[in-house]
Amino acid sequence: MIEARIGKRIAPSLDSAGFSLDIEFQALPGVTALFGALGCGKTLTFDAIAGFARPDTGRIMLDDRILFDAASNVHVTPQKRNCGYVLQHDGLFPNMTLRENLLFAADRLPRLERHRRVSETLERFQLTEAVGRRPQDLSYGEKVRCLLARALMSAPQVLLLDEPSDGLDAPSRTEFHRLLRAVRGDFRIPILLATDDLEECFQLADEMLVLRDGRIAQSGRPLEILEGPASVEVARLLGISNLFQAEITALDPGRNTSRLRFQEHELTGTYFPGHLLGDRVWLCVRAGDLRVAGRNGARAETNQVPAKLLCVSEMPQAVRLEFSGDISVELARNEFERQKDNKDWLVEFPPAALRVL
Amino acid sequence: MTANWFPLWLSLRVAVLATLISAAFGLWLAWVLANREFRGKDLVDAVVTLPLVLPPTVLGYYLLVVIGVSSPLGHIYESLFGTPLVFTWQAAVVASTLHAIPLLTKSSRAAFETTSRNYEKAARAVGASDWRVFWRVTLPLSRRAVAAASLTAFARALGDFGVTLMIAGNLPGKTQTAAVGIYDAVQRGDTRAARVLVLALSVVTLGIVYAANRLGSRPVAE
Repeated sequence: MIEARIGKRIAPSLDSAGFSLDIEFQALPGVTALFGALGCGKTLTFDAIAGFARPDTGRIMLDDRILFDAASNVHVTPQKRNCGYVLQHDGLFPNMTLRENLLFAADRLPRLERHRRVSETLERFQLTEAVGRRPQDLSYGEKVRCLLARALMSAPQVLLLDEPSDGLDAPSRTEFHRLLRAVRGDFRIPILLATDDLEECFQLADEMLVLRDGRIAQSGRPLEILEGPASVEVARLLGISNLFQAEITALDPGRNTSRLRFQEHELTGTYFPGHLLGDRVWLCVRAGDLRVAGRNGARAETNQVPAKLLCVSEMPQAVRLEFSGDISVELARNEFERQKDNKDWLVEFPPAALRVL
Repeated sequence: MTANWFPLWLSLRVAVLATLISAAFGLWLAWVLANREFRGKDLVDAVVTLPLVLPPTVLGYYLLVVIGVSSPLGHIYESLFGTPLVFTWQAAVVASTLHAIPLLTKSSRAAFETTSRNYEKAARAVGASDWRVFWRVTLPLSRRAVAAASLTAFARALGDFGVTLMIAGNLPGKTQTAAVGIYDAVQRGDTRAARVLVLALSVVTLGIVYAANRLGSRPVAE
């Protein structure tokens, strides 16, 4: 288990605005994703854990070892931390073959053990055929496998992966995910995965930390976070585009209903615990949860909002419709085919899909 | 009359030794400047640059003070080797080394700082000591730039004049290097000897600088 409390301030300079990192988390064996956009502090967090950046405050514990403690001035060197670190943008030594790269990482093991371990690792990561090649002659997929293999050579107590699948094509990515799941099962160490790919979080992560501006905006299981983003910022990071300012006009816990007003429309939702009548809130609805219908002269029914279709864009598995009032809807393609001749549109907000923040 | 090649051979011998010494010291210093943060780092950097900009007479004077017969270092040298250091060809090595170090240090530091950061990080993360990282990762990855820097330093060492004249003197057949020999020949009015040395020195130096540029312009990791 790794427990980290890291505070670090980077003063503004000519070419960068200042940055301050202030996070606290613990990660158990399994995959913990650090999810966030560029510049949210993922790499700095990893550098602090691996010993390449010295925090100003805080404490980092790996199992029962103290790696860093500001109060007692402990700062273990990177060599002694026993962290497997897969750096962003490669890091395989270009002057060594794949085998030499692995041997380099296993240097502290006794000679026989070292060679046994290398052969074993080559097999596990399906690199046996590429063993004599240099990194520049490897495919992206092989490179990533080799990086992972090298980081695991010294039997680390924690594995740090900094956007490892960045730049991989879809098949290599799928293969890498499969490999990482196997590693998670075999090694039983905390694996921290920095990523800006939400799908990757869902596919791999047991826990997820949403990072924003050097802070943890929310943590929990990926599905929990998607179902209940803690703030409008988190909702935006998760790609939820329908976020509207709204006011609660009625709340009835007995019948489990509520009414909301947004943009001159009245919507009925389920009861929102913890909110009061008259609260100004953010209404948050996922684009895939909305439905559409043709108006065809009929009056709008409950929770239907008349809107003008502005733009249609194709997505891999669906069609995305942009309506007036900043409403976006994602429809299955066959559903859109049925509806595409509508003149006037109604957007329906199913009560169960409404969340307030 | 055959030309006197002694000054040229002496220059080459002095330059080779000076380059070796400055490589050992300069690479270490370059590594420290590229990898360590400490107070007064900028000052160290400035002091290293000084030999490039100070007049040779100033440098020569400092060296006379530091390694002269009455200085502690001069005493130590004399008790070890039996003769004073100043006005020997070994003093010419010291003079050339002083000029070679800044070139080697500055270029190597730049190479260390640009070529291999990510790789060094990766190497240290898997537990490699600084020494191992340097020999197995940093140096191999910046070898072209370091080789180019060493060649430039060699060319500079080959052509040192002012400091050499001040601390090694102008003893024909003993401490007279090519650069000093040219000066001496011109003073004597022996233009033929001067011309031979000038031509030889120019050709050798041109070849070295050309090679250094070729090395430096190629990609570092092939």
